[in-house]
Amino acid sequence: MADGNDGQRFDRLPATPAERTVEGRVSREEVVDYFDDRFGVPPETFDDYTFWEKGAGKIWIYGGEAPTPLEIEAIGMTCLRTRQEHWKPTTDFVQRFGGHATECVIDLDRERARRFAAGEDQELERWDGDWGYLIAAHEVGVGPEGRPVRDGEAVERGESEAIGVGLYVHGELRSMVPKGRQRDLES
Amino acid sequence: MEPLERYRPIIDDFDAFLAACERPLGNAVRVNTIKATVERTLAALDEAGLDYEQADWNPRVIDLETDSPGSTWTAFHGFTHGQEEVSAVPPVVLDPEPGERVWDCCAAPGGKATQIAALMDDRGTVVANDNNLGRISALRFNAERLGATSLAVTNADARNYSLERFDFDEFDRALVDAPCSCEGTIRKNPDALDNWSEGHISSVAGVQKGIIRRSIQATREGGTVVYSTCTFAPEENEAIVQHALDTESCRVVDFDLDLEHSPGLTEWDGDEFDSSLENAARIYPHHNDTGGFFVAKLEVTA
Repeated sequence: MADGNDGQRFDRLPATPAERTVEGRVSREEVVDYFDDRFGVPPETFDDYTFWEKGAGKIWIYGGEAPTPLEIEAIGMTCLRTRQEHWKPTTDFVQRFGGHATECVIDLDRERARRFAAGEDQELERWDGDWGYLIAAHEVGVGPEGRPVRDGEAVERGESEAIGVGLYVHGELRSMVPKGRQRDLES
Repeated sequence: MEPLERYRPIIDDFDAFLAACERPLGNAVRVNTIKATVERTLAALDEAGLDYEQADWNPRVIDLETDSPGSTWTAFHGFTHGQEEVSAVPPVVLDPEPGERVWDCCAAPGGKATQIAALMDDRGTVVANDNNLGRISALRFNAERLGATSLAVTNADARNYSLERFDFDEFDRALVDAPCSCEGTIRKNPDALDNWSEGHISSVAGVQKGIIRRSIQATREGGTVVYSTCTFAPEENEAIVQHALDTESCRVVDFDLDLEHSPGLTEWDGDEFDSSLENAARIYPHHNDTGGFFVAKLEVTA
């Protein structure tokens, strides 16, 4: 299956598009550039990680050792969906690495954060950034003195923590938190 | 509780033991330091108005005052993971270091495997294996929620596990948290003793022997194997370690544990065990108001 993607196994991404042997497969360079261009995550963040594809367009990030190809259940975590018009990071990936992001991060107050975690879509007019997929974040674990106010549209970025992936279109912030990860939390 | 009567001769203050077994357990969570520091996690719990108490022996283990520890912001962010206090002991005894290759051969649903990854600062290779495909989906869900990138998940029988799938041919450490008769989980699961029988113990002991032997074979000379169960039965604990001593190259070693416990047994029901088994730990429910556990630490020898 040198010319196609095998959904049964993990294949390490080629370093660059020039080294591609499987049609449609993205390269490590393209993945790292995407996180840098879209979210401002510095490329060196991923120096100790490898990227893999299993299933068409499902990209995984892994910090351990493994040969390619590899037929096992999972390595590291799923991080990105490619092979669609707009690439989409996973909720778990942005929770893990979203702290490195400097762009396309929208900070929510506590009530909005609660609704986002519950999977609700919400009207949100005041976002000045790009449309498309972004990282929704909120302040958590800052201690009593640095605690954000409980109302208002957004908070100053302090001990901000990524909640998940949002899709911003037409004044609406849509929660992309998958069903199994949605929770009804106290605000 | 009747099956537990057989332990009357070996457990100090047996009545206190029985009384503890009848009390329900609180909600313990482990702080996942892959995602957040202990300080930040406590601040997040303070923000949510939740009361908690840190365990004396391990500041990363917290008894949480809530009926739904999974419906907190700290759980949502993966700062905390519901895990019983004694269940956090084996990875601490295993004591893995960043960059090592570690095998958790009965890993689902992943509490200990992700704890191992956290103790390694999520650097190195943690092979989390389980033979049950259904339980592997829970393992994968937890691994991703807790942000463990050093985990490789495999689905195989640990007794004849092949390392050919990887680039290396031995591990630095292995955790055998063996399938067992689960007597020590009675406080969490009141049905735990419903299917108890000596026949069940002897059949599960056969599986345990196969797994501990393979884990020693797959670990390098000088490496560490930790054997643990959540049961009191000597047939599944000391007798299994004795079987490993008799058939593989290894020795039982001492370890520090700042949690009250009794030493491992050196005889049971007419069988004698090596004196080094005193280095193992038997943790009883009335000792620290927890579940029950057995832990032994082995060093692989030439």
